[in-house]
Amino acid sequence: MIPDEPLVLGIETSCDETGVGIVRGHTLLADAVASSVDQHARFGGVVPEVASRAHLEAMVPTIQRACDTAGIALSDVDAIAVTHGPGLAGALLVGVASAKALALSLGKPIYGVNHLAAHVAVDQLEHGALPEPCLALLVSGGHSSLLRVTDITGTDRGVDPMGATIDDAAGEAFDKVARLLGLPFPGGPHIDRVAREGNQVAIDFPRGLTSRRDLERHRFDFSFSGLKTAVARWVEARERSGEPVPVADVAASFQEAVCDVLVRKALDAAATEGIEDLMIGGGVAANSRLRAMAEERATKLGIRVRVPRPGLCTDNGAMVAALGSTMVARGRTPSSLDLPADSSLPVTDVLAV
Amino acid sequence: MLLAFDTASPTVTVALHDGSDVVASATATTAMKHGEQLAPLIEQVLASAGARPADLTAIAVGAGPGPFTGLRVGLVTARTMGHVLGIAVHGVCSLDALAIEAVETGAVDGDFLVATDARRKEVYLASYDGRGVRTSEPVVDRPAALATDRPVVGEGAALYPDAFPAGREPLRPDAAWLARAVAAERVALLAPEPLYLRRPDAEIPQAPKAVLSDVAPTP
Ligand SMILES: [Zn+2]
Repeated sequence: MIPDEPLVLGIETSCDETGVGIVRGHTLLADAVASSVDQHARFGGVVPEVASRAHLEAMVPTIQRACDTAGIALSDVDAIAVTHGPGLAGALLVGVASAKALALSLGKPIYGVNHLAAHVAVDQLEHGALPEPCLALLVSGGHSSLLRVTDITGTDRGVDPMGATIDDAAGEAFDKVARLLGLPFPGGPHIDRVAREGNQVAIDFPRGLTSRRDLERHRFDFSFSGLKTAVARWVEARERSGEPVPVADVAASFQEAVCDVLVRKALDAAATEGIEDLMIGGGVAANSRLRAMAEERATKLGIRVRVPRPGLCTDNGAMVAALGSTMVARGRTPSSLDLPADSSLPVTDVLAV
Repeated sequence: MLLAFDTASPTVTVALHDGSDVVASATATTAMKHGEQLAPLIEQVLASAGARPADLTAIAVGAGPGPFTGLRVGLVTARTMGHVLGIAVHGVCSLDALAIEAVETGAVDGDFLVATDARRKEVYLASYDGRGVRTSEPVVDRPAALATDRPVVGEGAALYPDAFPAGREPLRPDAAWLARAVAAERVALLAPEPLYLRRPDAEIPQAPKAVLSDVAPTP
């Protein structure tokens, strides 16, 4: 750790996690997260108003916890970074307002950053400076994107979308299939766990947007809605025929279909662009099968795979701080104090003006 | 120095009080956009009084009731600033600031009510005595259910004149009056907790819908 690297505090409140991270350069000092996930479980999805209320209650205690863990005083911080989009509007606003209050009270610059780019930047905390260019596959309950990253701070279209989901996000499909199988919310970790006992080739579920015709128009796009329906039909048919549903086999076969499409398209994109580094981030990157499959297939193509540890893949403040730290290091102009929360912020807008 | 602000109405309002009177204040010219406007207005108010954040000794914040999204912007800003600066943060019922202003400007004489816009065709309402002391907990309901011929201050009366025929200004909270009310110890100081008065809208989902038609295909 170089002592004069910037000390940055990052705030993330785009969904149901109140995250406050503190980094110095590429070194992670604290990653405090308060989650309201338990309050949403019985609704089968995140309820925006419930999430916003929880952010307000958790905000200051989480800032305090991050400072305690990092062993720093707030006055030591060189800059504040905050997710200003995309995400749930009311939830984002709590973090943005708190970040502004910090910047204003401390007299320090604020960087309003893009949540998706932060998911990519977080890898620097684990594997050091991001290779640029790299190809980023971001998969979570809210997003499924393939990004060509030539400058993670976004200059000159440095974060360029090559493809995205045309319907459900990958994580959403995990949640819906989990519910169908009677597994708890959020579905990802439960499917992953149950799938280990199952046979991934037991059922041949469809791979969305992989037919020759689809590839012409949607070569790097994803679709998980048809897969979700196929799983629902299969399970329902079983139930109607009075046979037990082989939960582990369904989970494993579904997971295999999702991972197969994600990895296949990501590697196709990397090969097409001549990019040798693939970064996988977002909550679904915590999936053990996705990691294993990506490693295995990428190695054969001479492509290196970088996946942060699961705790850094889900939404957190450290990823925001990591991107903020890069903004400071590259001398980017801080955002204005009137920066908005933008629920539909495009991925190409990495830093708010 | 006391910094006061309120975001429980469509108007963002900020004021600075030096112990004897309000030394600077600002009210947003654009309605809504609380998250964008509050911090720059605080910065502007401090600068126009030649004050720095470190000069602040306390913060008073409107705790609602009011539209939730804006309300939270004010509360999280107050809590965060209070935490950084190590100063007290007081919540004040946003209707109380309107009541004090109404009394001090002679808009009312004797008992009265304050009603603000709660959206969804409802109002937030509380009752006050002639000195502006609140005599009931704020409630949220349909105007028809709260209708009265007594004087009613606030936007709720202006929006629903059939229910509140004796409506009058002021319409929305003004941080200058919030600051004066707190400095003069004329309002109850609360924890900086939001007065939501409503539970979040959320529905527990039904069992997954069937996707099959009458005849089940072979799996
Ligand atoms: Zn995310």
